[in-house]
Amino acid sequence: MPHGEPLLAIRGLNVEFGLPARPVRAVADADLTLAPGEILGIAGESGSGKTTLCAAVMRTLPRTARVSGRVEFAGKELLSLPEREMARLRGRDLAMVLQNPMTSLDPLYTIGNQLEEVLRERRRGGGAGRLGSAVEVLRRVHLTAPELRLRQYPHQLSGGMRQRVLVGMATAAAPRLLIADEPTTALDASIQDEILILFRELRESAGTAVVIVTHDLSAIRRLSDRVVIMYAGRIVEEGPTVEVFRAPRHPYTQALLASLPRIEEEEVVLQPIPGQVPDLARLPPGCAFAARCPAAIPLCREERPRERTVGERHRVFCWRAGEGAA
Amino acid sequence: MSAAAGERPGDAGGLFGGRIRAGAGRPPLFATAICLLLVVAALGGGAIAPYVPDEADFTAILAPPAWVEGGSLAHPLGTDQLGRDMLSRLIAGARISLLTAGAAVLAGGTVGVALGLAAGYLGGVVEAVVMRVVDAFLALPFILMALAFVAALGTGIGNIILVMMLTNWARYARLVRSEVVSIKKRDFVLLARVAGLRPLPIALRHILPNALTSILVLGVLDVGRAIILESSLSFLGLGIQPPDVSWGLALAEGRTYMTVAWWLTVWPGLAIVLAVMSFNALGEWLKAGFDPRGRL
Amino acid sequence: MSADAAPPMVEAIGLTKTFAIPAATLFGRARPVAAAVDVSFRIPRGRTFGLVGESGSGKSTVAKLLLKLEAPSAGRLLVEGQDIFAQTPAEELAYRRKVQAVFQDPYGALSPRMRADRIVTEPLRAHGMDRREAEARAPELLRLVGLPPDSARKYPHEFSGGQRQRLAIARALSVDPALLVLDEPVSALDVSVRAQVLTLLREMQQRLDLTYLFIGHDLAVVRYLSDTVGVMYFGRLVELGPARRVLRRPAHPYTRRLVALAAGDAPLGAVRLQGELPNPLAPPSGCLFRTRCPYADATCAARLPEMRLAEPDHLVACHHHEAVAAGAKAETGPMLQEA
Ligand SMILES: Nc1ncnc2c1ncn2[C@@H]1O[C@H](COP(=O)(O)OP(=O)(O)OP(=O)(O)O)[C@@H](O)[C@H]1O
Ligand SMILES: Nc1ncnc2c1ncn2[C@@H]1O[C@H](COP(=O)(O)OP(=O)(O)OP(=O)(O)O)[C@@H](O)[C@H]1O
Ligand code: SF4
Ligand SMILES: [Mg+2]
Ligand SMILES: [Mg+2]
Repeated sequence: MPHGEPLLAIRGLNVEFGLPARPVRAVADADLTLAPGEILGIAGESGSGKTTLCAAVMRTLPRTARVSGRVEFAGKELLSLPEREMARLRGRDLAMVLQNPMTSLDPLYTIGNQLEEVLRERRRGGGAGRLGSAVEVLRRVHLTAPELRLRQYPHQLSGGMRQRVLVGMATAAAPRLLIADEPTTALDASIQDEILILFRELRESAGTAVVIVTHDLSAIRRLSDRVVIMYAGRIVEEGPTVEVFRAPRHPYTQALLASLPRIEEEEVVLQPIPGQVPDLARLPPGCAFAARCPAAIPLCREERPRERTVGERHRVFCWRAGEGAA
Repeated sequence: MSAAAGERPGDAGGLFGGRIRAGAGRPPLFATAICLLLVVAALGGGAIAPYVPDEADFTAILAPPAWVEGGSLAHPLGTDQLGRDMLSRLIAGARISLLTAGAAVLAGGTVGVALGLAAGYLGGVVEAVVMRVVDAFLALPFILMALAFVAALGTGIGNIILVMMLTNWARYARLVRSEVVSIKKRDFVLLARVAGLRPLPIALRHILPNALTSILVLGVLDVGRAIILESSLSFLGLGIQPPDVSWGLALAEGRTYMTVAWWLTVWPGLAIVLAVMSFNALGEWLKAGFDPRGRL
Repeated sequence: MSADAAPPMVEAIGLTKTFAIPAATLFGRARPVAAAVDVSFRIPRGRTFGLVGESGSGKSTVAKLLLKLEAPSAGRLLVEGQDIFAQTPAEELAYRRKVQAVFQDPYGALSPRMRADRIVTEPLRAHGMDRREAEARAPELLRLVGLPPDSARKYPHEFSGGQRQRLAIARALSVDPALLVLDEPVSALDVSVRAQVLTLLREMQQRLDLTYLFIGHDLAVVRYLSDTVGVMYFGRLVELGPARRVLRRPAHPYTRRLVALAAGDAPLGAVRLQGELPNPLAPPSGCLFRTRCPYADATCAARLPEMRLAEPDHLVACHHHEAVAAGAKAETGPMLQEA
């Protein structure tokens, strides 16, 4: 794993929405570092703040969000960077694939128009090599008949095609950091693999670091070096992918992995985590997972678990992690 | 595009439901203040003005502004050839200019929005016909068009508003149609059809609210344009008629005295320029925030 | 099957949809591109038809036809024996109440300026329920999909992707539809919530005798919900049969590929996309899959394979389906090339 100076360092990041009197803490006390060329997977509950975390790094949060903490990218503090410089970074070093393909593409312009615009911007920003033509960009993400797609409007493409157009745009010029929020949800298994391979190649050829947010745990397992698991706005476990998947230490991670569909005696078995997701505006004082946790002890309900290191670069926020709980 | 443009204006919360982009720069505070001042003057008119605007005072004919020799604080901006207080006339002018402009924008906006909605949502023949007419109206220079209409309809406030509406509705129609065409392909509109909604409720509940920000921005820009049009018509004697007061009219009336009493023309002229520039600056700022691709 | 007595809930007969593609040059001619070609299937009442296939193969197009959001270029679509493209306005209104949908993109599905309670109850209101009564049902609908009741007062931008998708599901369920079109409804959800929603969908189906058209990429999920599965490639249905059989013993090379990849154990890159993706403007002769198929031979280039029975109830469009079902080349062919 690459070490040394981190490319991205997030320290004590908090993002709040809603009224200050009754805040929704979408991201709470997040600490995270990413080395150049590293691939990090983020998984976790729906609504646990994954998209918000990424948007905070890209500074694309809505104005209503209250952000505090530090986000350092290549030595620059992003949260206090003037918008003009931030825009320059976004054009060149930082790229993001957003979770919402339809709303990220302008319905009034053809795919070609929009792709050309991105390519022009990247060229101006002096993006690193490899900038091909629009057709090449689409071919790289395995779109059939790319010349035809350039002339089509977003609504004339299938969901998966739109998603690939966005991936194509974000990877057109190798950025130093690529944040991909659910880049493959709408894709069939074979094209999905090709996109993941594209990310890996980007890392290998240009040293791009990748943050991939996805509900597809198998994608994370096969692509990423490290994985972060989030629950109710907090990072609950972080560690080397292999280790986390082999021996998850947080009960939420364990329950999440257990709810993957299994095939038992010819039947698909689903095992959802019992109980309800907590309301982010009314979190209990202790561990947010306590109410649904099979291993919870009274302490869990009273006090928020502190970080505990359970292996090399493997940390867990759980009172019982040290005991090899559950 | 790419990451930065990820948040489409229609997608977030905020003042108009949209989000002002940082790219729009700082808000034009001075222009906004002027716009507010004019709106207050237009609405509060009579209550603020020190005199009745068409009250002649033959003891103070062509009194210069207060700071010029011979001026007095009784008429801070001076008086005209009939001794009427310039400040009061400017305020009254603001009232007429702004109200006609506002009414014209509202009327043109309503007609344009309705036709644009119909054209965009129904498509087909309706769209073809409406859009051809729109193209025709947009192709004509608006002053010429206005002159032609006034010649045909005659003067008077009602007619002026009608004429201004005729010259501006097409821009709203074009804007709304293009918004509708894009919005109607979005999933939530398709799903509204699946839910069983009829075209009119879909247009009003799902499409219009999402096009509203652009319409508002165009409306603000249009106020400036409408003020110019009304002033020009009034200046030419084809717009507001005395005893009503308007800046354009005041400018025309003061022209004869330009050499002896500059304030008769400078004040109304300045008012027009300031008002137009302020509404434009405000509109441009909103536009940069809501419409970075320059669709308006 | 006893379903022969009453007409099936859905019957598609030779369904075809082509779109016009704008010309490349100013004076060029617009060209038709087929999104779905000759698609035929039936869904008995109370059952689930799962549709899988490559991205862009026409699955959503079939869904949109069933929802009457597009009209077919050829073929017929019968719901309870009635051609849905030959309805009177009154029949259409009744049909709109019977069928609801959930789409794949949770960010596009909700009207940005509408509050959640109005979103989930809008279908009720469209069918004549008054506003107070409809909105009173919002908390119950939200609970059904595991959202806290105070979400009712929020706007879509205040929800995450997965939460939005649950709103979309609650909305679709609000009018007690008989037929649900589910176009990748759970892809945006985490696996635990996904399991919850799928369990809910199955429960609702059993309780209310619902019929589903379910589109998905995750084969385990498709298998969990579906009775019958159809596999699409490039606008055509290439395999159709009972879910278990199709997904366990696929008889078409494309399905085989999908199943091999779905096992998900292979390291990334072990199974690569081989051959050329077909060009919709100039589709290959014969079988559309032959450019990527390890079994392809001269017959495949010459003739389009027709749907034929591989086993009882199990249809496949491949000249060499016996060899495929036997897995003759699965591990060694160019299809599963070692990295
Ligand atoms: N603009 C906003 N205003 C209020 N609350 C918000 C806003 N944006 C997000 N939230 C809340 O913040 C929380 C985190 O949302 P986020 O989109 O980051 O989740 P996520 O982890 O990406 O989920 P998913 O996997 O479903 O996409 C959610 O509970 C959501 O309701
Ligand atoms: N309105 C349209 N105009 C032109 N072409 C269209 C239109 N809608 C769909 N298509 C084309 O039809 C084909 C099938 O699209 P469809 O959305 O049905 O695919 P899909 O199987 O749902 O794919 P995905 O899994 O990516 O969602 C695509 O090639 C698409 O470009
Ligand atoms: S017909 Fe031939 S080319 Fe087509 S899938 Fe079967 S073996 Fe492959
Ligand atoms: Mg998200
Ligand atoms: Mg689709």
